[in-house]
Amino acid sequence: MSGYVLTDSWTMTRRELAHWARQPVQVVVGLVFPVMLLLMFGYLIGGGRGVEGAYVDFLIPGMLALTMAFGLEATMLAVTQDLNKGVIDRFRSMPMASSAVLVGRSFADMLQSALGLLVMIGVGHAIGWRWNGGFGALLGAVGLLLLLRFAMLWAGIHLAMVAGKPELVQAVQILVWPVGFLSNAFATPESMPGWLGAAVEWNPISATATTVRDLAGIPDVATGSWAAEHAALLAVAWPLVLVAVFFPLAVSRFRRLGR
Amino acid sequence: MTDAIVVEGVRKRYGDKSALDGLDLTVARGTVHGVLGPNGAGKTTAVRVMATLLRHDEGVVRVAGHDVRTQAGEVRRRIGLLGQHAAVDEELGGRQNLEMFGRLYHLGARRAGTRADELLERFDLADTGRKAVKLYSGGMRRRLDLAASLITEPEVLFLDEPTTGLDPRGRAEVWASVRSLVGAGTTVLLTTQYLEEADQLADRISVVDAGRVIAEGTADELKAKTGGDRIDVVLRDADRLALVASLLPGEATVDTDRRMVSAPVSDRMAALTETVRALEAAGVEAEDLSIRRPTLDEVFLHLTKEHAA
Repeated sequence: MSGYVLTDSWTMTRRELAHWARQPVQVVVGLVFPVMLLLMFGYLIGGGRGVEGAYVDFLIPGMLALTMAFGLEATMLAVTQDLNKGVIDRFRSMPMASSAVLVGRSFADMLQSALGLLVMIGVGHAIGWRWNGGFGALLGAVGLLLLLRFAMLWAGIHLAMVAGKPELVQAVQILVWPVGFLSNAFATPESMPGWLGAAVEWNPISATATTVRDLAGIPDVATGSWAAEHAALLAVAWPLVLVAVFFPLAVSRFRRLGR
Repeated sequence: MTDAIVVEGVRKRYGDKSALDGLDLTVARGTVHGVLGPNGAGKTTAVRVMATLLRHDEGVVRVAGHDVRTQAGEVRRRIGLLGQHAAVDEELGGRQNLEMFGRLYHLGARRAGTRADELLERFDLADTGRKAVKLYSGGMRRRLDLAASLITEPEVLFLDEPTTGLDPRGRAEVWASVRSLVGAGTTVLLTTQYLEEADQLADRISVVDAGRVIAEGTADELKAKTGGDRIDVVLRDADRLALVASLLPGEATVDTDRRMVSAPVSDRMAALTETVRALEAAGVEAEDLSIRRPTLDEVFLHLTKEHAA
């Protein structure tokens, strides 16, 4: 059965794509919401954050990382809704690879996020975001952002299975926002109280945002702390650790449904 | 020939509540077996265990010759499941659903497509096009669900309350489909709360209550088990029902709506003449008088009451 993981996962991805085709408005809303946040923070709250150079250059990498992290909610909601549908029983009573339901979800969400990144980068460009790094650096940045999304995706799948009911997703959503904002997405840690700034630097979102800023060739905002100095290492290590923890947990939990 | 389903001493607990309490069941190949029981008797739990969706705590379950616990993959290859709730993707169309399931049964893309068309044709859904399943009528949804359960022509088909929530027309459609399947040699396990359904479709019936089988046999055997024949007396005048009930032998039941008194009898002919005489003597005019086998409803109430006592 396990020989069918990829085929079956692709079938499940196609299922999600078919859902998109039937709900184009939902897809567009999903793409527009982060753009709206970006514009809001860029124009309404922008400026005066103690950042050298244009705020938009600082903000956009942070917003990209934040959007990837917030993907956790979308995944979690989609998985809980799916698990509460009757069709899951049919999948589970069929001789398909049991992980395909989850892996298919992860493919579809990654596709959606890649599309979302493209749109945000386009909008960022339109409002004057400068990319001073090379093309290779840009690819590297996109790769790191998607890696963060991938980690959040599996955390989301696992949390969805722990929560079980769509109603409980709200509780997680409430927690996701402060965690997202306790990062350097909008402001430098130096502008925060010392203890808070230190915590913020260890946030996976901060690590990815800082690394993307570095790749973009934005004047260095990192302070002397270990986490800030090694942001690139953390931007790779954090997601890998999260995936290493949540992927097996999620898959084994899915297999144990019904025990 | 081995049996299609063998369930021996199966227990399943949820916390301190016992859903299956030593369930035993044997279903011969190519037959329809009805599992009859009230709500909460453990019917759905039993089906979910047999269909590899739920793991039992104790006992042995073999379906199509394979153990559901250790050979779940082999079992899944050989079963179809029609659960209580539509197990199809409601956002997608009928064909999209069947094609997706066909791919997941590893038929290959082309075969999955042709199989989907065959099944849509067979279940009279060919003209549904791209319409999302959530816009289907209850009967259509059930037929699609049934079609999805038959993609690989399963050896064993589980139908968990297949007609619950359907109107009479939808029910008749599902019954017709089940009958045609049995002709093709599929073993069917059917759970139902409707005695008529078990009576109509099942070769053998297991009556389940509180997670175990309390009676098993053909519909006729079960009917014979509970006191044999009954006499029904229908009156013109509902006011005399109580009087007639006191005239009849045994414990009579009164149905005011149908103006009918019903009582168990042992000797058919003697009961008939005695009743006619008693009615005459009392000056009661009967509209109808008949002797019949008990309905499964009566059997069921009798058995579950007996079990509770």
